[in-house]
Amino acid sequence: MSTSTTGRHRTDGTAPDGSRVTPRPPRRRSAQWAAWGFLAPVTVYLVAFYAYPLYRNLDLSLRNYTVASFVNGGAPFSGLDNYRRVVADPTFWPALGHTLTFTVASIAVQFSLGLALAVFFARSFPLSTFLRALFLVPWLLPLIVSASTWSWMMNSDSGVVNYALRTLHLPTVDWLTSPQWALPAVIVANIWIGIPFNLVVLYSGLQGIPQEVYEAAALDGAGGWQTFWRITFPLLRPVSAITVLLGLVYTLKVFDLIWIMTKGGPSDASTTFATWSYQQSFGSLLPQFGPGAAISTLLILMALACGLLYLRLQNRSQNP
Amino acid sequence: MITTRSRARTVVGVLLTAVMLFPVYWMLNVSLTRTADMRRDPPSLLPLDGTLDGYRAVLQQQLPFLGTSLLVALGTVALTLVLSAPAGYSLAKLAPRGGGAVNFALLVAQMVPGIIMAIGFYAIYLSFGVLNSLPGLVLADSTIAVPFGVLIFAAFMRGVPDELLQAAKVDGAGTLRTFFSIVLPVSRNAAITVSLFAFLWAWSDFIFASTLDGGGSLQPITLGIYRYIGNNNQEWNSIMATAVVASVPAAVLLVVAQRYVSAGVAAGAVKD
Repeated sequence: MSTSTTGRHRTDGTAPDGSRVTPRPPRRRSAQWAAWGFLAPVTVYLVAFYAYPLYRNLDLSLRNYTVASFVNGGAPFSGLDNYRRVVADPTFWPALGHTLTFTVASIAVQFSLGLALAVFFARSFPLSTFLRALFLVPWLLPLIVSASTWSWMMNSDSGVVNYALRTLHLPTVDWLTSPQWALPAVIVANIWIGIPFNLVVLYSGLQGIPQEVYEAAALDGAGGWQTFWRITFPLLRPVSAITVLLGLVYTLKVFDLIWIMTKGGPSDASTTFATWSYQQSFGSLLPQFGPGAAISTLLILMALACGLLYLRLQNRSQNP
Repeated sequence: MITTRSRARTVVGVLLTAVMLFPVYWMLNVSLTRTADMRRDPPSLLPLDGTLDGYRAVLQQQLPFLGTSLLVALGTVALTLVLSAPAGYSLAKLAPRGGGAVNFALLVAQMVPGIIMAIGFYAIYLSFGVLNSLPGLVLADSTIAVPFGVLIFAAFMRGVPDELLQAAKVDGAGTLRTFFSIVLPVSRNAAITVSLFAFLWAWSDFIFASTLDGGGSLQPITLGIYRYIGNNNQEWNSIMATAVVASVPAAVLLVVAQRYVSAGVAAGAVKD
């Protein structure tokens, strides 16, 4: 908004150039010039601040970097050494397993709960808009806020989660400090954060299903459960696929939440590719930039595989 | 017409919302709990013996962090708007040759995990000697919002009637003039949506802050909280009070601009 006001001042200073009436072909060329004039800043930006950092990351992953070589320059090219090192690392398979578990479990639960809530909110009732808005809160909070709140809620001795378990006479759990519960703990927190996204997107998908279909189903005597499985779910499939794939892209890159809650620990029990890469590059006094960059290259390949699939599906749903 | 059935739905809806927002309530509750009661068993479910000590600690220790975050977030909003509004206009209305490729690049850019960008930016900033600077952080933070911004602006501006632009042309306005005096003003809602998200993402950013500004003299609130957790894990009322204050922009957003927020979430996934 601030740009529109300053922009208006700027145009007031320049003369309108509409008086130039030129024959067709040059005019088309000048239209292209104008079009690219508007597009050029972002294109330059994409090259300088997306492509170049990505290139630097790739370059790092192919060299034997140390802090010294960062400062003095001249890190030797080492080919795929870093990748070999990463794959041979005892953390590799557990980290891959945690990444997949974290992603699949998060999405399965987020999507199911999001869909159930979307169906629940689809028929409006008093306060429905207001309550639906409140459901956005977890998604809007800074991740550090959610992560530290969940950390304290899951504290072994004083956390409210264990208090609830005690009250129900269930065994309490060392959520963040035991190797078998650390990963489930961060998954629970991540599900909480992801429900709003699934709810909003699936809700807007439900709005796109014509009301007549439901009326016809009601006339045919279909019950609520039947209507859902025979009508809502199949008709929602394109939106569902998009939600899941976009969820995959988002969930694969989750870093803040896990790092703040467990730092990937205890002893790598909740390490994913994202936290492992960070830990290698920035998490210790002796940074391993080469392996860190190699891990993140593997991560981007996973994210792009899901991402490209998503773009294909989305294209197909737009131009059937 | 309010039937019993829809009233029952309201009751269920309120219960579901209460469950969903319990962690938020708990954050508030802990922020008001006295340090002495922090490890009490059972925990106090209501802040009856409440204290504002936590918030006093925020005022004493976290104000510089909050100011930095505000500065970084506003800088990110400005940079994002300046870059994405013209690009959105071009993609929506000016049919640039090769625009499809740029559009595709923007969609892919949104999928790049932050850790990769952070490592790349770290390498670049280190060699240029711009680590730990606020403009550097603004620039990095803007990469979260710019692709989204262009796509939102383009989606919105596609809906601006061509007749309006034709009329401007007939009146003698050039492309630049049309953009500033016609397209931008009618795209106010897109600008609000983009600004809101750019602000929120920059405000919430942790990964760029911790990698690119970890040694800076001015650090954002996310690092403030992070260090707080690391340094003093006894005074959770102060930590949670800081978290509450750091959540204020999200709350304001929700109250002031709920429909833009929903539109933004959905637009990113389905509509565009």
